[in-house]
Amino acid sequence: MSRKILFLNRHGPFGSNAGRESLDAALIAAAFDQQVSLLFVDDGVLQLVKNQSDAPLALKDVSPTFKSLGLYEIESVYVDGDSLKARGLTPDDMLVPVAVLEIEGVRALIEAQDAVLGF
Amino acid sequence: MTTLHTVNKSPYQDSALASCLRFAAPGSAILLLEDAVVAAVAGSTWSQAVAGAGEFRWFVLAADLVARGLSGKVLPGVCVVDDAGFVALVVEHDKTVAWS
Repeated sequence: MSRKILFLNRHGPFGSNAGRESLDAALIAAAFDQQVSLLFVDDGVLQLVKNQSDAPLALKDVSPTFKSLGLYEIESVYVDGDSLKARGLTPDDMLVPVAVLEIEGVRALIEAQDAVLGF
Repeated sequence: MTTLHTVNKSPYQDSALASCLRFAAPGSAILLLEDAVVAAVAGSTWSQAVAGAGEFRWFVLAADLVARGLSGKVLPGVCVVDDAGFVALVVEHDKTVAWS
């Protein structure tokens, strides 16, 4: 049975494993034919910034994995516009194409899901 | 279709509750547990936001209040639930969104 599952991301990269765990779970859900969407709010938008790097912290840079979302048929990547603006970022800073949502759009996205997993 | 939102971080420490308030649809239920129960303390800074957000149905988990010595201080209008009540809330709603 294929359900609409939204992965809600609030944390930036490197400070915790939340981003990596969320992405792993999303790819697994997609591999099992679920209808997966990704939503990034608050510091979550930082996970999508271009040109991240492993080297300075000796921590794994997970961001290249976002480039393979298409292979898993995950096409819906949403970011909260206010979270981007607050952090001085624009869609051009994102390493994949994103759909920028305002508050009402995020509310509607959450309500439209069968399940939401928060990370 | 109504949604249950849960928040487990203190709003004085983390923006999880603030984000939940922005993105939850009116009519949703919000359950405060673990460190977030502090938001339900009457007379606190955050209780004003809770009291003002009348478009949501507010709940707080008893065990976390009692452990923290806060059970006598709950804001009127926030419903205190025990663990069985928590389970009932999850079962009654179409989906649960955990803000952490």
